[in-house]
Amino acid sequence: MTSAVIDAHLSEEHHGPAKGIRRWLYTTNHKDIGSMYLVFSLVMFLVGGSMALVIRSELFTPGLQFVDPAFFNQMTTMHALIMVFGAVMPAFVGLANWMVPLMIGAPDMALPRMNNWSFWILPVAFGMLGSTLFMDGGAPASGWTMYPPLVLQTGDAFPFLIFSVHLMGLSSIMGAINVIVTIINMRAPDMTLLKMPMFVWTWLITAYLLIAVMPVLAGAVTMLLTDQFFGTSFFLAAGGGDPVMFQHIFWFFGHPEVYIMILPAFGVVSEIIPTFSRKPLFGHDSMVYAASSIAFLSFIVWAHHMFTTGMPLTGQLFFMFATMLIAVPTGVKVFNWVGTMWRGAMTFETPMLFALAFVVLFTIGGFSGLMLAIAPADIQYHDSYFVVAHFHYVLVPGAVFGIMAGVYYWMPKWTGRMYDERLGQIHFWLSTIFVNLTFFPMHFVGLAGMPRRIPDYSTQFADFNSVASIGAIGYGVSQLLFVYIVVKCVRRQGETATDMVWDHPKGLEWTVPSPAPYHTFDTPPRVTEGATFH
Amino acid sequence: MKDNGSDNRKETLQLAGRLVLMACAMFGFGFLLVPLYDAFCEITGFGGRTNQAAAVIEERADASREIRIEFVTTVNEYAPFEFEAQLPGMTVHPGGMYEAIFMARNLADRDMIAQAVPSVAPAQAARYFKKLECFCFSQQEFGPGEEKDMPVRFIVDSELPDYIDTITLSYTFFDTARLSDNSSAARHGSKQ
Repeated sequence: MTSAVIDAHLSEEHHGPAKGIRRWLYTTNHKDIGSMYLVFSLVMFLVGGSMALVIRSELFTPGLQFVDPAFFNQMTTMHALIMVFGAVMPAFVGLANWMVPLMIGAPDMALPRMNNWSFWILPVAFGMLGSTLFMDGGAPASGWTMYPPLVLQTGDAFPFLIFSVHLMGLSSIMGAINVIVTIINMRAPDMTLLKMPMFVWTWLITAYLLIAVMPVLAGAVTMLLTDQFFGTSFFLAAGGGDPVMFQHIFWFFGHPEVYIMILPAFGVVSEIIPTFSRKPLFGHDSMVYAASSIAFLSFIVWAHHMFTTGMPLTGQLFFMFATMLIAVPTGVKVFNWVGTMWRGAMTFETPMLFALAFVVLFTIGGFSGLMLAIAPADIQYHDSYFVVAHFHYVLVPGAVFGIMAGVYYWMPKWTGRMYDERLGQIHFWLSTIFVNLTFFPMHFVGLAGMPRRIPDYSTQFADFNSVASIGAIGYGVSQLLFVYIVVKCVRRQGETATDMVWDHPKGLEWTVPSPAPYHTFDTPPRVTEGATFH
Repeated sequence: MKDNGSDNRKETLQLAGRLVLMACAMFGFGFLLVPLYDAFCEITGFGGRTNQAAAVIEERADASREIRIEFVTTVNEYAPFEFEAQLPGMTVHPGGMYEAIFMARNLADRDMIAQAVPSVAPAQAARYFKKLECFCFSQQEFGPGEEKDMPVRFIVDSELPDYIDTITLSYTFFDTARLSDNSSAARHGSKQ
């Protein structure tokens, strides 16, 4: 698209954003809502991170020093709930809100009012969840998996936990519906499905996963609620129920959920690596098929979380092999990222650094996942720190690095200013060093037998635990640098960004000015040959 | 993307409606998993599930084979009961009918209702372990301090796979007063 066309757009009659708080309360603009999601997620990231620091401080040395075990359990539970539902998921919804319409040439999301709702439900949900910290009996302390019968011993916080999970689910489902309808119905005329950028593709698949599994979680926690207050016995053995059934229902949600948290990150790095390798994405279509296969397989592997509950041999074999099968499409993706870089004219700006670290460190998390998939070995690894190391590798240098890469990549387009490249690089190196310092030793203590979710441990684990705690504090503090970099950009300090921002990146989002005007693509753009990755 | 704005609006709402229906259907599916899981356990013996109503089976003892039956008793947390098997275990012939006695005593000075929940290990043996009569088929009522002998009569089906030579029968004793009284106050009370 030529800049003359854009100028013609800008001269059309538009009312700008309203002033003050009402702009944010009543807004239906996808860019405003995207920004609110991202800010909310950053706040939750810092809150959940502080809780992680409480956990790591307690674990710095053996013995109980700062918190009592009950509060420790509240911290692990709240940390997980806040990071999963408050930080990672909303950050991806925020990126989708900002970028999906810009990438497919749509003027806004398809259902803008529902978009406003799906955001504003979140602060309410997390306000409710946070308030449980001050209740009789404290916050939920049974782990984010909410296994009965333990979770039924939660004090006054119990119904608040259930209703906040309901609200988070509602928000995600509404967000997912919006993303699907936008992608299916609002693409620019020449934007065929297979021309869509990978980020849009991975989000389309993620949105279907969300619609398929968030209601199942809502059903599971509703059963907990009726077991506690209305005399049902879904999970109570005395009344003919079975607590193990909760685990089946929960992980039927839970395993697709882990792909909900990683697929959009796959999409982000699939945008970034081609830009900084100055080559088209290698194997775009195979990436689409790989992401779809991962999504399908995620529905038939849930019981690998439950090998220790006792399962017939055939069941163990099935879930073991189905789980290992996921390594194949994931391998296709990693191969394609490396193939994209092969003989590319690579440069290493901050987004690219985060994307590269994502590929390497996520793969480490993938390999430890393969180890956990081995049913006989899992009996040893189960509920140990090895599991903690595994899922933090896929979630922190995986999902979180993916989000940060995306923020650095698109922030110049959002704010019109380049972030401070020098500080960005420092942030990257601090994060990468400290994240490995935090989570790598957990593999060792886990294999040596340290159980997860305990405030105290045997002295043989002391050295690795203090290393992990130092890493965690370092990682936490370096995120304040990230906040500073973002604030600086948002306050319009720093170099002015060009419309293209990077060296001839592909994609429609780079055809609009920087910062992106409040309204874009009021008339659909023409998707010219070479504008996307095809 | 469409020339006609209202057409597009209609398509949008239709698709959104279908997706809402899909979400509702999946909410229902979550609950459908409950009977599916029950049926699955019933058929496979998954989770050590045994028959929950009296089984009908002919007695035909196979004296050439011996199976060791072991009894495990557990009292659920907070249930004020003493509960144990008269014998730690017994040796049986497949196909023969045997009786074992379990004893329970109410430690509370009020009326109590209890429910025993059985489980059989290994799970592969569960569907061959047939209970003809069991105190676990119904709730048991106890007066203050009352002690009861409760029988279970069973036949181990001679179809039991060869590789199984020991079966563990485990009972967990639950205080179910709170299940009869649905108020949450009673539940919180029983937890103290």
